[in-house]
Amino acid sequence: MKLLRLVATLLFAAVAVLPAPTFAGGGGRTPKPVVSIENPGKCVAPAEEMRRNHMEMLKHQRDRTLRQGIRGEPASLNACIECHASKRTGSVLGGKDNFCESCHSYVAVKLDCFECHQPKAKFKAAGLKP
Amino acid sequence: MATLNPRHEEGLFYLLAAIGGLVSALGVGAALYMEHSGHVVTGMNNQIVWGLPHVVAIFLIVAASGVLNVASMGSVFGRKLYKPRAPLSGLLALAMISGGLAVIMLDLGRADRIMVAATHFNPTSVFGWNVILYPVFYGVVAVYLWTMMERRMYPWMKVAGFATFIWRIILTTGTGSIFAFLVARQAYGTALLAPMFIIMSFCWGLAVFLVVQSTMYAWNGLTLPPLVLQRMKNLLATFVAAVLYFTIVLHLVNAYFARNIAFEHFILFDSEFAGAFWLGQILIGTLLPLALLLNPATAAKSLWVNVAALLVLVGAYYQLYVFIIGGQAFPLDIFPGYDVKSSFMDGAVDHYSASLPEIILALGGLGIAFTMTTIGVRILHFLPQDDLAELEAAASATD
Amino acid sequence: MNAPDRNPRRAFIAAAGAGVAGLGFTAIAPGLHLMAVASEANAAARPAGTAASPAVRWGLLIDATKCAPGCTKCIDACHTENGVNEKLPDARQASQWIRKIELVDRRNGKKTELPMMCQHCAKPPCVDVCPTGASMKRADGIVLVDRHTCIGCRYCMMACPYKARSLVHVPLTEQNPEVPRGQGCVESCTLCVHRVDKGQIPACVESCPEGAMIFGDLNDPSSAIAKRIASVPTTQVRSDLRLNQAVRYQGI
Repeated sequence: MKLLRLVATLLFAAVAVLPAPTFAGGGGRTPKPVVSIENPGKCVAPAEEMRRNHMEMLKHQRDRTLRQGIRGEPASLNACIECHASKRTGSVLGGKDNFCESCHSYVAVKLDCFECHQPKAKFKAAGLKP
Repeated sequence: MATLNPRHEEGLFYLLAAIGGLVSALGVGAALYMEHSGHVVTGMNNQIVWGLPHVVAIFLIVAASGVLNVASMGSVFGRKLYKPRAPLSGLLALAMISGGLAVIMLDLGRADRIMVAATHFNPTSVFGWNVILYPVFYGVVAVYLWTMMERRMYPWMKVAGFATFIWRIILTTGTGSIFAFLVARQAYGTALLAPMFIIMSFCWGLAVFLVVQSTMYAWNGLTLPPLVLQRMKNLLATFVAAVLYFTIVLHLVNAYFARNIAFEHFILFDSEFAGAFWLGQILIGTLLPLALLLNPATAAKSLWVNVAALLVLVGAYYQLYVFIIGGQAFPLDIFPGYDVKSSFMDGAVDHYSASLPEIILALGGLGIAFTMTTIGVRILHFLPQDDLAELEAAASATD
Repeated sequence: MNAPDRNPRRAFIAAAGAGVAGLGFTAIAPGLHLMAVASEANAAARPAGTAASPAVRWGLLIDATKCAPGCTKCIDACHTENGVNEKLPDARQASQWIRKIELVDRRNGKKTELPMMCQHCAKPPCVDVCPTGASMKRADGIVLVDRHTCIGCRYCMMACPYKARSLVHVPLTEQNPEVPRGQGCVESCTLCVHRVDKGQIPACVESCPEGAMIFGDLNDPSSAIAKRIASVPTTQVRSDLRLNQAVRYQGI
């Protein structure tokens, strides 16, 4: 029973500590994401829709492309990267200023795309070793 | 009643639970390290794709369903001697399958995607079937335990016991079929593996049960009734002999086919696995235990029966090591009749040595099973309570 | 960035044709053939927005008699095209999408070399055993791994009769944007699906200086590959398994 009490105490402690950063979000302890659109007005959908649905669009496109072989769809991750990669670093990842990473680190949503996909745009990636 | 001072006894329990918990936590830590660095930190490679973690995990999963046999003997086959042992057998089954599944899942290349295995199902995959078999196994065993431990549920005990028995046979068929359904491997790809895994599970599960039961009796200052010991050691000897029988048939069939002679020669005589087979699996895991269990002088003593059970478990490790690692180390025969060579180990025997993270992960699986068992027997009532008079009567009636 | 320079290859064919008499002539004819196949594939480029067709079955024919000993041009081209370049301390853990196998016939000592890769089976064991359905066959017969659902269990590696698959053992950062691949997932030859969908031929076929590889639609009787298969004896490796691979070999 001692063990149970110990486990319960630990659980309570964990629950009490974990949400702290979320509460602090409004107060400004966590910096707001910096989203700079370097090529405005060319997106496949209005910004409002992209913010809400980009993950669904990418998911459906990825299944159609990979499983059915449909190419040239508007919602393409490579097309996102070409437009949104930082002009300075050539990537959508790397820091708080980079397009994908800025929001995803702010909302603490794991970004799994780039475990496999290349986060650098071709205009930069072309200069790298193959 | 207890020989240990109650305060020392409680301390010892916490110590054991802490050690078990620590080993489990280290195992999870090793898995996180493997996931962070990639499988480059393991001894596994593109030829030997399953390593030590799989040896230990498959042992735990096979033994988990086998240990339930003790319960089935009581509820399905009506053996009075086994009925008081059914709850402990259910607990051990849950503990061991948890340890085994944890290792399998934590070793995945993308362990973070384990939910994908639940949301995407391929009906033609034996692994896919297992994804269904395991959770249902938890369910039926839990219900079975409930019918045994809750008086109002007693009437359902026999039904639940029967369902559990059927399901565990299906489950082990599924485990054996993981290998039986591999079309191109010399070491696998035979339907014999499904029944062989079932008999292996009977054997290893009973060995685990005997060791745990003796430990619990000793802990409580009790000795196992000689009648119980005698029955269970006879059963163990039968199962050990049955596994030997399947092993002989498997190798005979393989050696009979010209296409498999090279592999049989490799695994039995000309490789690092030959020693593990003859010394580990046959001598330590089969012949020695059989001698101890059949010789009246040693078979009457609880100590030697337990030694025999432990040797069976050591032999089980070697058997799976030879089967899983040895089977992959031998090159695929892609071009029969040709000697082949490439940069990708074609035609070459591979060597495997487990790295530290793998060893810790594998031990972690044993740690999880150990911790669950230790805490389980402490919190709930699992010590078998024999009605000796009734046993004697039953024994004289059946003998 | 990734296509090997084509001029040296042409120069090699020309040199082979001019210099080494017997071998050279056999090499130059398929070399010309190769160009014809390439343009044929270009003509078949699928328009954007349309799915791969089950009427098509992409395949390869590899003439092992033309495969030059010691030549690794197809392997280099594949691994450059697909960004398979990670160097690991233990080479057995590194990915190989295509490899050169040296065969010696035990009966008479006859030597053969050939490139081995995913055979793109019609009944692929890797697809049967995959628990999540990540291992899949496209309508046009190309066998792929969906890395979005691959959990890295390696059961497909156990099941593949050709040892065609590799597990990515390390984190990757320098992928080709058109060829995503990453740690913990299993991968294999994609038949250069990203090129085929653009109407190009696979990198290995394009790179072969001997013209030993033909790529095309097995279902189209007028295609070069189908004509060749109809006219010369070709084999599927381990045909006893009845998996009906799309990769065929000549001269083994």
